[in-house]
Amino acid sequence: MAPVKVFGSAMSTNVVRVLVCLEEVGAEYEVVNIDFQAKEHKSPEHVARNPFGQIPAFQDGDLFLFESRAIAKYVARKHKSADADLLREGNLNEAAMVDVWTEVEAHQYNPAISPIVYECLVNPAMKGLPTNQKVVDESLDKLKKVLEVYEARLSKTKYLAGDFVSFADLNHFPYTYYFMATPHALVFDSYPHVKVWWESLMSRPSVKKLSANMPTSWP
Amino acid sequence: MGMKVYGPAASTNVARVLVCLEEVDAEYELVPVDMPSGEHKSPEHLVRNPFGQVPAFQDGELILTESRAIAKYVLRKGGSQLLRECNLSESAVVNVWLEVEAAHFNSAMSPIIFQCFVVPMVLGGTPDMKIVQENLEKLKKALEVYEARLSKFKYLAGDFFSLADLSHFPTAYYLLGGPHASVIDAYPHVKAWIADIMARPSVKKVTELMKMPSAQTD
Repeated sequence: MAPVKVFGSAMSTNVVRVLVCLEEVGAEYEVVNIDFQAKEHKSPEHVARNPFGQIPAFQDGDLFLFESRAIAKYVARKHKSADADLLREGNLNEAAMVDVWTEVEAHQYNPAISPIVYECLVNPAMKGLPTNQKVVDESLDKLKKVLEVYEARLSKTKYLAGDFVSFADLNHFPYTYYFMATPHALVFDSYPHVKVWWESLMSRPSVKKLSANMPTSWP
Repeated sequence: MGMKVYGPAASTNVARVLVCLEEVDAEYELVPVDMPSGEHKSPEHLVRNPFGQVPAFQDGELILTESRAIAKYVLRKGGSQLLRECNLSESAVVNVWLEVEAAHFNSAMSPIIFQCFVVPMVLGGTPDMKIVQENLEKLKKALEVYEARLSKFKYLAGDFFSLADLSHFPTAYYLLGGPHASVIDAYPHVKAWIADIMARPSVKKVTELMKMPSAQTD
């Protein structure tokens, strides 16, 4: 069986969202770089794979997918095993909890943390734009409120969906990894259960392997 | 104890859950949450939804939040085919367009709905037309992609109706009922697809709930 293809930069957060699932399930894959600076993501070839001109896009034989969370779910479902049951679809309630915390990442956590990553790292390093401190401060306030909810949750269960690691936890890796490279990493210190949870994610072999290709300091 | 949904039916996210309950003909109770008086931030509600939002959902001991997660639970429990989880490729494509709904359609529609409905009717203010215009432009870009897709397939995930289509109903309802309904006239396949969704019995039932005075947010 040919390895699946992931189109996009291996450093990009949403590409990494897919790669971490591929690593967790032990699937063979190939990353096909898309040159953002050269606007390759807007080329006709790429738009044919992702009509919104974004990364990642994905190919498994005849199947083409886009939207990182949909791709990652497909990977988790296809390669589900005794060692890698990230979606818990055999149990109605557990699957629901995985879905809840996956949605929470998308709609509560990500909108609070990603502006900080963009303002502190991406904009200065890749767009030559100064950090908008107002956006950072507002986002930090939002993030702290979100982390309070996470702290309460993780005081009761080891991982977000329950006492088992799941797709929901892994979805937090890419943006949180980069957040830890901003000047605001210490925010997590006020939420001890969150910090322990994050450190346990960082110790996973899949996460360590991908972290090695993700810069911690930016030019 | 049967299933309970907490929140006003007029909320797009609550309506998304209600329409799935109707699709599987489930027995459920809709419990009002009075948002203008801040009930969604009350200690009782925060136990159910720690982010202080609607909907919250309860089935026995199980408490869920996030409308798209609740929707999936309801559909699976009810034995629905709207997720196509029996088929790896089909379920993947359903998920693609569910993500598109959240990331591209809802993200543009939500500020438009807030400015055109909530601001004047609930907050007694004037819509910010700059925000509306910016988001209408984003919406049109998304509708171009939808038009291309729906020119090739009857529904978003293929030639079968799925949660990906149904998930658009609440925001489409407000688009049709608001001052910018004519924006879809330029996208004939999108227009026909929306009409098809709105004609479903489950959707008609929930739109009646959304119109009820007790469902309004003011």
